[in-house]
Amino acid sequence: MERKFLMGNEAVALGALHAGAARGAGYPGTPSSEILDVFNKLGGSAEWSPNEKVAAEVALGVSFAGVRAFTTMKHVGLNVASDVLFTAAYSGVDGALVFIVADDPGLASSQNEQDTRRYAVAAGVPLLEPSDSQEAYEFTRLAFEVSERWKIPVILKLTTRVCHSGTIVTPRPADTGLATAHFERNIPYHVMVPGHARPAHRRLRQKLAEIAEWNETEGPNQKVEGSEELGILVSGVAYQHAREAGPDASFFKAGMSYPLPMRSMLEFAASVKRAVVIEENDPYMADALRAAGGIIESAPEMYRFGELDVGRVKRILAHDTSPEAVPPRGKPPQLCAGCPHTITFELLKKHNCIVAGDIGCYTLAALLPLAAMDTQICMGASLGVGIGLRHVLPRDEAKRVVSVIGDSTFVHSGLTGLAEMTYNVPPTGHVLLILDNSTTAMTGQQEHPGTGRLLDQSPTNRLDYEKVVRAMNVPNVGTFDPIKQPAEFEAALVEALEKEELTVLIVRRPCILAVARKGVKPASTQG
Amino acid sequence: MTDKVTSIKIAGLGGMGVLTSTQILAEVFFRQGLDVKKAEVHGMSQRGGSICSDVRIGQKVFSPMIPAGTIGYLILFQDDQFPLYEADCSPQTVIIRPSAIDAEKLENKKTLNMAMLGLLSRHLDAPTEAWLEVIHEVLPEKLHQVNDAAFELGRQSAGE
Repeated sequence: MERKFLMGNEAVALGALHAGAARGAGYPGTPSSEILDVFNKLGGSAEWSPNEKVAAEVALGVSFAGVRAFTTMKHVGLNVASDVLFTAAYSGVDGALVFIVADDPGLASSQNEQDTRRYAVAAGVPLLEPSDSQEAYEFTRLAFEVSERWKIPVILKLTTRVCHSGTIVTPRPADTGLATAHFERNIPYHVMVPGHARPAHRRLRQKLAEIAEWNETEGPNQKVEGSEELGILVSGVAYQHAREAGPDASFFKAGMSYPLPMRSMLEFAASVKRAVVIEENDPYMADALRAAGGIIESAPEMYRFGELDVGRVKRILAHDTSPEAVPPRGKPPQLCAGCPHTITFELLKKHNCIVAGDIGCYTLAALLPLAAMDTQICMGASLGVGIGLRHVLPRDEAKRVVSVIGDSTFVHSGLTGLAEMTYNVPPTGHVLLILDNSTTAMTGQQEHPGTGRLLDQSPTNRLDYEKVVRAMNVPNVGTFDPIKQPAEFEAALVEALEKEELTVLIVRRPCILAVARKGVKPASTQG
Repeated sequence: MTDKVTSIKIAGLGGMGVLTSTQILAEVFFRQGLDVKKAEVHGMSQRGGSICSDVRIGQKVFSPMIPAGTIGYLILFQDDQFPLYEADCSPQTVIIRPSAIDAEKLENKKTLNMAMLGLLSRHLDAPTEAWLEVIHEVLPEKLHQVNDAAFELGRQSAGE
């Protein structure tokens, strides 16, 4: 087939298409966001789900119908979907189920740099780690094959530099003769009550032992012959940096890094005078090799922070622990000129609010010049954190606490927080602002259940925030356009801060980028 | 055959067309039959912050990111971004600045990125037609004329 120049995310989408995936479900999150859109444009069936847990459940359901499914998310999305992962590892799948999870070492656009390989170990599911777009394509297809062969979920772990780097891909003909969807009743395998889960756990460990053996002999691991002086054990995009940093070295590249091809790696390490493990994020392979008795070197602690590059790998190989040059800071990102969020945060600042914030473009309000957000941890935390503060702060301070959440984040993880707010009501009540810009702006303007459009832009039901909030028994509900009704909005906010009751204000104005791109019209502000 | 890798860094602010020009540059040399890798960071790119992307071209390229000190060409869409990349340059780095383009002659200031590609194209081994072919595939038809003109302006501005 013709060679193509593809970003890693495009290569994954093409791989899923050629693997005959029946449906992909996910929640947008940098650097994973493009996969489902590309899969849809190539003709695949794809959806944005309300959050990663639901997406993983949908994909599991698809796989229970005997066909191939996948779910996409960023690394922190797997925290949300992990409940599905851990027990789907026990139940196993009927077709295939691939968790496509994109890590962000260096935090280009994330709140932490957690290492998804730890999840593979904790849940007991195989994990594949591509190093460029060709492998992103091949490993996606392999992930479906491994999943289907052993009836086990498989994680495909990407990183920012795999997702968003462009490299050349030569695709292969698509899989044919795949199963058609059909439900086969199998209660002991699909219902994880204790009596079913005990044998399921034993089955899982048996599968992993078989996969480990397969990985030793047939796994997607690669050896490069080179000097006997220096051998480098490596995975992911760090392989590409290391090939350049140590051009004469021998290499063992682990393509499936859980379960590791431990015998082969120990053999390789013993075959060279100096064996160095090069990996991004946690010293996962280094720890495992040492625990198995391997004599290896690993990177000094300073290199677990941030992503690797050729220069940093050279430093590791040279035992260089001198301080690294701090790159000069560029112009930081900021809310767009004319962004409706700006008015909201200026108001919150003016009224000296303690702002429990959330995840989205509006998190930029925490930075100068606004500096108008006081907490941000994870999707949906604005509610719980704000309510916690309200419960214990002295009255004067408690009254100033406001939770602020975007529309997509509210659907993702705010609904349960709203239930908390109306159930465990703080003594001073609480104030929640839902910033509804009618899109998932931060990650590139994806649709969600509040926009009334599906991933492919076709119309569907639209979640009605005002009705949801009223149904949860919030007594004070208002909707304002911050640009057209700034005075009314401010008056309502001031009243809510004084009232010591529960208030939800929906601040509705479409994202200016979405308006420019899609011609999204401002929705009616009538609640 | 040479194992020399040509590394090009394009730098500007979000919204200036850094990603589009990176895509075009990489595609042009991909079609010349070479190994090409590009690295860029998305997510915050539309929020007006500093962004840059790397393109590396050769017979065989490993890392998609340009190692420090090996930038062949630094293309700046805005002069004030230079200090961010200065430490990664070497005496051999060719620095291409927007001041080389007569902005008065740009029909639309949003096409500065194409003018900068035009300037760069004088240094690289691909014919004008190869560039225009990719530009026409990447951009919508109504923008072809104005971008062609900007590319040509850039080509004419080289070596002044």
